[in-house]
Amino acid sequence: MAMAQAKPQRESDILLDIRDLEIKAAIYSPDEKPRDVTIVDGVSVQTKPRGESDILLDIRDLEIKATIYSPDEKPRDVTIVDGVSLTLKRGKVLGLIGESGAGKSTIGLSAMGYGRGGVRITGGEVFLNGRDILKAGVQGLRRLRGREVCYVAQSAAAAFNPAHPLMDQIVEAALMHGVASRAEAEKRAVALFKKLGLPDPDNIGKRYTHQVSGGQLQRVMTAMALCSEPDLIVFDEPTTALDVTTQIDVLAAIKDAIRDTGVAALYITHDLAVVAQVSDEIMVLRHGKMVEYGETRQIIEAPRMDYTKALVSVRSVEHEEKKPTDKPVLSVRNVTAAYPGGQIKVLQDVSVEVHPGQTLAIVGESGSGKSTLARVITGLLPPTFGSITFAGRTLPPKLADRGRNDLRELQMIYQMADVAMNPRQTVGTIIGRPLEFYFGMRGRERDARIAELLDEIEMGKGFIDRYPAELSGGQKQRVCIARALAAKPKLILCDEVTSALDPLVADGILKLLLRLQKIEDVAYLFITHDIATVRAIADSIAVMYRGEVVRYGSKTQVLTPPFDAYTDLLLSSVPEMELGWLEHAIKGRRMASAGH
Amino acid sequence: MGSPVLRLVAQRIALGILLLFAVSVLIFAGTQILPGDVAQSILGQSATPEALANLRKELGLNDPAIVRYFSWLGHLLTGDLGTALTTRQEISATLLPRLWKTLFLASWAAIVSIPLAIVLGLLAVRHRNGPIDKMISGFALASTSLPEFFIGYLLIYFFAVKLQWLPAISTVYDSMPFLDKLKAIVLPATTLVLVVLAHMMRMTRAAILNVMQSAYIETAELKGLSAFRIICKHAFPNAFAPIVVVVMLNLAFLVVGVVVVEVIFVYPGMGQYMVDHVAKRDVPVVQAAGLIFAAVYIGLNIVADIAAILSNPRLRHPK
Repeated sequence: MAMAQAKPQRESDILLDIRDLEIKAAIYSPDEKPRDVTIVDGVSVQTKPRGESDILLDIRDLEIKATIYSPDEKPRDVTIVDGVSLTLKRGKVLGLIGESGAGKSTIGLSAMGYGRGGVRITGGEVFLNGRDILKAGVQGLRRLRGREVCYVAQSAAAAFNPAHPLMDQIVEAALMHGVASRAEAEKRAVALFKKLGLPDPDNIGKRYTHQVSGGQLQRVMTAMALCSEPDLIVFDEPTTALDVTTQIDVLAAIKDAIRDTGVAALYITHDLAVVAQVSDEIMVLRHGKMVEYGETRQIIEAPRMDYTKALVSVRSVEHEEKKPTDKPVLSVRNVTAAYPGGQIKVLQDVSVEVHPGQTLAIVGESGSGKSTLARVITGLLPPTFGSITFAGRTLPPKLADRGRNDLRELQMIYQMADVAMNPRQTVGTIIGRPLEFYFGMRGRERDARIAELLDEIEMGKGFIDRYPAELSGGQKQRVCIARALAAKPKLILCDEVTSALDPLVADGILKLLLRLQKIEDVAYLFITHDIATVRAIADSIAVMYRGEVVRYGSKTQVLTPPFDAYTDLLLSSVPEMELGWLEHAIKGRRMASAGH
Repeated sequence: MGSPVLRLVAQRIALGILLLFAVSVLIFAGTQILPGDVAQSILGQSATPEALANLRKELGLNDPAIVRYFSWLGHLLTGDLGTALTTRQEISATLLPRLWKTLFLASWAAIVSIPLAIVLGLLAVRHRNGPIDKMISGFALASTSLPEFFIGYLLIYFFAVKLQWLPAISTVYDSMPFLDKLKAIVLPATTLVLVVLAHMMRMTRAAILNVMQSAYIETAELKGLSAFRIICKHAFPNAFAPIVVVVMLNLAFLVVGVVVVEVIFVYPGMGQYMVDHVAKRDVPVVQAAGLIFAAVYIGLNIVADIAAILSNPRLRHPK
């Protein structure tokens, strides 16, 4: 797809400018009168200087601030991005990487002159196609957005308007900016659907958001961004919310589309292995500052800065696999479950065991029934068939029928530590509650135990009066762990407890969980979709697919070939920090993923 | 149109009918505990006990309540609203023309107020927290804080007494030319508009602002769309359901709540008719009027429900 329109050029972009040149010559032939012949008629030529002209985006010394309104203090300004500069050539891909709060999305959006919420660009210059877009004004920015630069959001499901069919939204920008007629734009969209590997490309545009799966929507959004043939696309974590098996397809589709259309891209992600597959260059960011900026190969293979080295070598957790015991602490036998009113069985004949002081990891993509299994074990969803034995006794299927001891010995930690804590209670109250409820501890005895638990989670008793809002994501999860431990449980169900955390923070949590397991001899049932986490922490593994356990055994057994088709797909879909992994993985697949 | 929509709509209509029956029981029970005696109020204080007894027997007031309820209901279902005790006239003959007059007044108030409220709401969102937003909100809140009888008399004072542009009494009769009718109802309709405007406007503003937080609004902004297009095309359709509910509630108020305004402007509508007959202890008239008000109220709420169902793409386009 060629760039149809010529873009307005910066004065300095033109080296030689010939306009409407006409050249004539006089011809003297022996028989006739001398006459003029036009040799060159109305030719215009512009040449660009070498090197500089192919720079599409040039951000210089960018500074971005946000105003924070906290209830107790005066509003104050916080610097989110501090002195970042970058250049992007036409058709190239720059990866922006860093943990949450690094300012990567904010930089990405600044290429569109956009600040989310109270975010303001307070300094620096952003040149796009040679113009400083920060001086473009509201109208100028509007002409540029959706025309020269487009955006692909993390959650396409939320980024599409549920009230309109997809096609209306895909062609909207192209129509509003007068890039194409409706028929042309729709034709282009269908061609893009085909290129991005979407099923039924002729009709998918007639559908609504809720009728299309997450992985497909992410590709539809990429088609939307490409539809007005922009020079630059900002991809903001486009595959982060997807299952690994789906992520690999979307990633490959995006990479092909970038290559074939020649569009340039800013690719924002926190996953270095993902960005290594698509980008030419990588910029590592932390706390709004640039840490390292270089060619992808150099960043991956020879990082210079310590922080980059830590990112590259993440997953330093070591864990010796333990042998199963004779007496499991939890055994789930032939459990089948369905949601009330639903005909579909979300769990089919599931049998697993967890041994004392050990970890069983349950892996699978979303919708595989992992969390449903946890709900059945906790009694929130009584099974239609099968039984659960815990610490030598058969648990009543319903939560209401379980005794206080059943509740105490079986604790849970959740994915979103944020919403699992009452924001109006202090850390002390949160951790103290199970102490009061289960052990009747009061006053000094209780406070002493809280301080002990805070020490165990490596936070210290200084945190006792803090509110959840004052804690970082990792600290919040630590408090949730302390709350679960306070009940002195035999088993803790961990539901995606590290999924919402940055890799380095998640590593810290995993190490803490392993250390606590040794001290307290507690067993974990660890639900996750992340294979790296499983490798780090599990003693045994159950792979779930569509409500069934497709592979179950010790960690070594499960992770050693030969694999069944699904486990093979799952394992081969996990991005590896290696150039060219994506192409290799796509080629070597035996089974197409079901999630897209 | 998929089957879930049809099922839901049928469910709403069935529930509405059931509710209407429940309301008929309530109305009947309520009129039974009204103090006073119809026979007494027809014959006056000087009536002899024999005359009173005869009249009661004739009116069927001596039958048990349950018998009277079912005979009333039976007549209602055949379209017979009964006979007014005081005037001995068919109720439907007097009530229906008055119902039309009330609907005439209410619909003009609605025709002006609904589009006005939505446009003002959209404008307020467009200029959020700016002077235009504050002006619109301030005006709307002020008008809603004043009771309708005050607004009514204020309008009469200025436009009928001082400026003498419009009549103070909104007399409307059938043979009146259409434009004269309109002129007669300008003041009561304006009063109603001012009363209902603020609620609808504020709700439109709040519903759209709520939607404006969504990720798809950011997508629209990053497409370079104009603010007005974002609000109308991307925000409004998703704010439609809450807005339509408020609009219908206010429409219902326009029909049911006009009593005070009709009395102020001496407008010959249903509200005044009902109030007159409450004073006269004319139970069948009060029952009939009450039931019609209830039917309008329930009907409009069903319309709101159905509109909300139809505006939901998940229900309109099932997977």
